[in-house]
Amino acid sequence: MRKLRVVIAKPGLDGHDRGAKVIARALRDAGMEVIYTGLRQTPEQIVGAALQEDADVIGLSILSGAHNHIAPKLMDLLKEKGLDDVLVVIGGIIPDVDVPRLKEIGVKGIFLPGTPMKDIIDFITAHARVRV
Amino acid sequence: MRTAAETERQRWERETLAPALADAPEREVAFTTISGWPIERLYSADVEALDPPAPGDFPYTRGIHPSGYRGKLWTMRQFAGFGTPEDTNARYKGLLGAGGTGLSVAFDLPTLMGRDPDHELSLGEVGKCGVNITSLADMERLFDGIAVGDITTSMTINSPAAIVLAMYLVVAEKQGAGWRTLSGTIQNDILKEFIAQKEYIFPPRPSMRLITDVFAFCSNEAPRWNTISVSGYHIREAGSTALQELAFTLRDGIEYVQWGVDAGLDVDDFVPRMSFFFNAHSGFFEEIAKYRAARTLWAEAMRDRFGARNERSWKLRFHSQTAGVSLTAQQPHNNVIRTAIQALSAVLGGTNSLHTNSLDEALALPTAEAATLALRTQQIIAHESGVTEVVDPLGGSYFVERLTKDLENGARAYFDQIDRMGGMVEAIEEGFPQREVAESAYRYQQAVERNEKIVVGVNGFEQQTDVHVDRLYIDDRAADTQLARLESLRRTRDNADVARALDRLRAVAVGSGNLMPPILDAVRAYATLGEMCDALRDVWGEYEERPVL
Repeated sequence: MRKLRVVIAKPGLDGHDRGAKVIARALRDAGMEVIYTGLRQTPEQIVGAALQEDADVIGLSILSGAHNHIAPKLMDLLKEKGLDDVLVVIGGIIPDVDVPRLKEIGVKGIFLPGTPMKDIIDFITAHARVRV
Repeated sequence: MRTAAETERQRWERETLAPALADAPEREVAFTTISGWPIERLYSADVEALDPPAPGDFPYTRGIHPSGYRGKLWTMRQFAGFGTPEDTNARYKGLLGAGGTGLSVAFDLPTLMGRDPDHELSLGEVGKCGVNITSLADMERLFDGIAVGDITTSMTINSPAAIVLAMYLVVAEKQGAGWRTLSGTIQNDILKEFIAQKEYIFPPRPSMRLITDVFAFCSNEAPRWNTISVSGYHIREAGSTALQELAFTLRDGIEYVQWGVDAGLDVDDFVPRMSFFFNAHSGFFEEIAKYRAARTLWAEAMRDRFGARNERSWKLRFHSQTAGVSLTAQQPHNNVIRTAIQALSAVLGGTNSLHTNSLDEALALPTAEAATLALRTQQIIAHESGVTEVVDPLGGSYFVERLTKDLENGARAYFDQIDRMGGMVEAIEEGFPQREVAESAYRYQQAVERNEKIVVGVNGFEQQTDVHVDRLYIDDRAADTQLARLESLRRTRDNADVARALDRLRAVAVGSGNLMPPILDAVRAYATLGEMCDALRDVWGEYEERPVL
């Protein structure tokens, strides 16, 4: 079985990348292949990176409140490119009231502050597509 | 030869301690601060560390004021901003009415990044993390009914700091308040953006020019304005240790002074208007020692490294804010206690102004009720605890004095390392401080994952039932308003005048003149923040970092 390939991305204008970088390292230490996009990526750039890197998982780090605009755009683009089977998860500050809507459009995992790394690793391992 | 104190210490260890440990071992093999700094069991008289000069005397370890808080309390300055300028204006009037003594503006990400609300990357960000300021018109709305000549205002903005300061100066002008008496602070600290918070626009070198231009302009035109707030806060939030926060912030300060001197300014003309901003984190004694060490290191660097002769150049003044990163989404009421302990450390360390975080800030921007409770926390420390009645009450504490010295020495070692790289700009270009911070952040996270560090409610003492707190929810109304305003502004202003002002700004940016005058002209013409930043982008380009994991 090949290693899971994960794109960790920071969309929007926010530069607070502590969470994105810590999770990128934790996933790498857990044996996944991690590609960190760096800051201020548009949904188009993130989907482009996922396509180019043949990613199984996209992890978005969003703290600024822009998730309601960024996530739908990203999900539409993934569908358009035929990447429906890429697992999308979001970590950051997401108000409770926004969670159902994000799940509805296909974001599978939403991780709020204080989530143990192990929970995130287990979730990704359980839900990402398996390829040989 | 053993001293009497050493002999006595050995007797204590043998006769008193050893039997007690045999009875009941300690909880851990080794104890460390939240930063991972090793802590001994007991600190005793230590001649080198124990007796720093009195408060008000060089190097100000015990404080810059001889009478501490017996004269004037610290400024209670609560950082706030969200939505439209009117939304934030209402919050300010509430804070001033509740006994707040200064304002502190939080800007949204489009403003911080120099983008107008209609830019692609502003999508979903307008008014979310702070107030949106697109042009001078918004700054006028923000301070409507607030006399800027009577208050002090702190503005947390960096890459476009010169532009936002210019907007504030023009508001003062329109209100009839003179620049010479205008008082407040602009953060204007780009180095920590490259190191930690990453809200940079231009490459390091032109960014440094903007900053020294503000130094030069204000020392002539607005001499009471604090032209920079050299910030460790964000470095700490990004995961640094207390020592790294101290060392990188002070070394950033030294870098700014060096660039000012290289630009031909006299140290004693601009350094007295430099201020600092530190994090008040959870490691109580370590934080107190950090503030004391910071004052000491700055005084020495200004006097000995730069030959400053004015005492005001030697005195480090600082704002502090409790640690946002320590707040938990779980059991949010616990955050009130965390904040109180952190605030107390800042006060015992001699902070000159303080922001206390609200209990709901791991979830959203604070509600008005939560922000009021945070302010009350400061007022209780100031008026009920009695800690303000003695100057530097922890002076002479074996532990605090030793830790102060240890942090000073650790910071000096970092200074040497960064000096060898050629300075902080060079160190940043090499990714050195970025790597150090990322490493510490990861190490701390691992310590939490392994339960070596306990965060109450997160990896210890969890509870399943959800505790309800009210939350501020910011919808897209502010974005709609600001977009409509931008459109109307572009229709109603004199666009030829704007174009001329932007051309002048570009021309000065290509050359080497002070950028403040052309920025002020563009502001007065109602050029937008995005247009002014674009003019500078045309000349200088944008910075892109190589991500360091």
